[in-house]
Amino acid sequence: MSPMTASQQIADKHNLLREKSLKAFRIMLLARMLDDKFSSLYRAGKIHGGVFLGRGQEALSVSIGLALRKGDVFAPLIRDGAGRLAFGETVLEAVRTYLGSPLGPMRARDGNVHRGRPRDGYLPMISHLGAMIPVVNGMLMARRFRGITDVVGATCIGDGATSTGAFHEALNQAGVEKLPLIVVIANNFYAYSTPTNRQFACASLVDRAIGYGIQGHTVDGTDLFACLEVTQQASDAARAGGGPQMIVATLLRLCGHGEHDDSSYIDPKLKTSPYGRDCLKVAEDLLLAREWVDAPTLSEWRMACTEEIEAAVSKVQREPLPDPFQETWIALATSKLSELNQP
Amino acid sequence: MTSITYLEAIRAAQAKALADDPRVFIYGQDVGAFGGAFKATKGLAQLFPGRVLDSPISEDAMVGSAIGAAIDGMRPIIEMQFADFSVVGFNQIVNHAAAFFWRTNVPCPITIRLPAGGTSGGGPFHSQTIEAIYAHYPGLVVMTPATVEDAYSMLLEAVAIDDPVIFCEHKYLYNHLKAASLPTEAMPAGKARIARPGRDMTIVTYSAMVHEALLVAEQLSAEGTEVEVVDLRTIKPMDTDTIMASVARTGRLLAVGEAWPWGGVTAEVVARVATEGFGLLDAPPQRLNAKDTPVPYHPNLWSAHRPTAQSIAAAARNLIRL
Repeated sequence: MSPMTASQQIADKHNLLREKSLKAFRIMLLARMLDDKFSSLYRAGKIHGGVFLGRGQEALSVSIGLALRKGDVFAPLIRDGAGRLAFGETVLEAVRTYLGSPLGPMRARDGNVHRGRPRDGYLPMISHLGAMIPVVNGMLMARRFRGITDVVGATCIGDGATSTGAFHEALNQAGVEKLPLIVVIANNFYAYSTPTNRQFACASLVDRAIGYGIQGHTVDGTDLFACLEVTQQASDAARAGGGPQMIVATLLRLCGHGEHDDSSYIDPKLKTSPYGRDCLKVAEDLLLAREWVDAPTLSEWRMACTEEIEAAVSKVQREPLPDPFQETWIALATSKLSELNQP
Repeated sequence: MTSITYLEAIRAAQAKALADDPRVFIYGQDVGAFGGAFKATKGLAQLFPGRVLDSPISEDAMVGSAIGAAIDGMRPIIEMQFADFSVVGFNQIVNHAAAFFWRTNVPCPITIRLPAGGTSGGGPFHSQTIEAIYAHYPGLVVMTPATVEDAYSMLLEAVAIDDPVIFCEHKYLYNHLKAASLPTEAMPAGKARIARPGRDMTIVTYSAMVHEALLVAEQLSAEGTEVEVVDLRTIKPMDTDTIMASVARTGRLLAVGEAWPWGGVTAEVVARVATEGFGLLDAPPQRLNAKDTPVPYHPNLWSAHRPTAQSIAAAARNLIRL
C-alpha cells in the first residue's frame, strides 16, 4: 500500500467520523429539544398519560439508531427518542402519538413511547420489559426463512429489564439461533427507583453474554464517540454473521423515570461522577474543540430544531381529535369474525 | 377405507399448511426430528427441512418470536407441549399478539396449538382446559374442535386467517376419536354446529364434552327427552345466533364445560341467553363445569372432578323437571 493511499484512507475515515458525529449530534439535539417540549406540554396539561424522556441517554440511543440501515429491525424503549429519529421517525409522528392524534401511526389507540411502524421494521414497544427482544428475534428468523441476509435487528433495554424471564429466554434463543441481534443495555443505576444492588448480583451485566454464548461489549454511555464506535462494531459483527451482540453502556438518567417522578432517590455522588455528565454537552464541547462545528452553526441548528418542533406541535394541535363514533371498536383483523363478535 | 384419528388430522393439517404455503413454519419443544410429545408433527421435520424447528423451553420467547415472524409476513404455528404451559407465554399472547392489530393495523397471524384437557393420570399441570382465559382478551380467536373433521379444517383455517388463534385440541380425543376420512369441505370458524337435534332442551358445549353430551342425548332419548346438542366449535367469537335459535326451539339451556366454573365459557353462554333471550326460557338456565379445584391426579378423583356423561345426565334430568 502506498503512503499516499494510506494517508488518504486515514483522511477518508476522519471525514466519515466527522460527518457521522455531526449527524449524530444534530439528532441528539433535536431529540433533547423535542423531549423538553414534551416536558413542557406535560406540565401544561396538554398530554394525557405519562411522558418519558431520554435525557442523558441520547449519545447511546442515537448511536444504535445510526448503526442500523433501512431494512433492519429496531425495537427501541422509553429513552430512545434519539435512536427513533436516527432510524427514520419524524418529529411529527412522535408529536402525533404523544398528543393522541388519529393521524399518528398509533391512531390514538396507543400513545407516548408506544409507537412504531412495524412494516418498516420499527416496532412499537409494549410495557412489559424484555418482551420486545424475542419479537426482534422472530423478525430476524423470518428474514432468514426468506433467504434475506445482510440484515440486523437491535433492541434497547435498561438494567432492570435484565432481571426478567423474557430477557433470559430471548437472549438464550438468539444465541441458539445465532441471530444477528444487538441488545443495547443502558445501565443507568436505577430501574425506576430500584438501585442495581437490588436488581442483580453479577459483577457486570456484560458477564451474562458469556452465559448466552454471545459477544459482549461495554461502553461509557456519556461518550458519543465511544458509543458510535461500539454500536458500529456490534452492528458490523452481527451483519457479518458473528451472532448476537450485547452492549452494556453505563450512564446516568438526567431526569425522572417519567415526568411525574422527581428522581429524588438518585445518589448525589452519582450525579457528580463521570456517569453524571450530560452526553449532549460532552459531545458539543468535543465537536467545538475539534473545530468540527462552530458556535454560530450550533445556534442555527438549535433554531432549526425549535422551528421543526413548534411547527409539528402547532400542526398537530389543529388536527381533529379521535372520535369514539368513528372508531371501529374491532380488535380482530378477520372481518367475517369481527362481525360475529359484535354483542 | 382406513380411519384417521383426531391427532392424525392435526398432523395432516399441518403437513398441508406447510406444503401449500411457504410462509408456514412450526416451532415448539421437541417438534422437530422427535415429532412432538404427542407426535402431532411426526415426520414433518423430515418432509419440510428447516421449517419444523425445536425451540428451547421458553414459551415467552416462542410466542414472542412468532409475533415477530408473523408481522414480517410468516405464518408460524407454535406448539405448546401442554396447554398448561402456555401461561408461561401468556404475556406475549394476550398483551402483544392479541393487541397488535388493534394498536398498529398490522395483522399478527399466529396459530398457537394447545394440547388441552384431562386425561387419566395427567394431574394438576398436564390436564388444564384454559380456553376461557384467552377468550377474555380482545384480539384473539379461540377454537375448540370436537371432531376429527373440525380438528383438520379448523386448524387449516387458523393458519389462514389474519388473527392470532388459540387452537385448543383435546388430548383425550387425540387417539380415541376416529373418522373415515379427512373432510373435503368445512363449516367456517365462528359458526356453531347442531351436533344432534332435539326439541326438549339444549346442551351447549364444546371440545371433548360434546361427546359426553351426545351420550347423554342418546340416554335421555330412551327416556323420552330429546336433547339438542350445540357444539360451539369456536369459543371466540361465540355464535350467539345458533345458541339462541336452539333455545328458542327447546326453552331449556344447560351449558357444559370441562373448564373451571368461575367465569368462563358456560358463564358467557348463560349470560348471553339470560340477557338476550330471557323470554325464550321455560326454566332457569343451568351450567355444569369441573370442580373449583386443581385437576386431581388419581383416576377416581379425576373422573369426579370434571363433568361426565353421568353427571351431565343428572343435570339434564334435573333441568327437564324445572
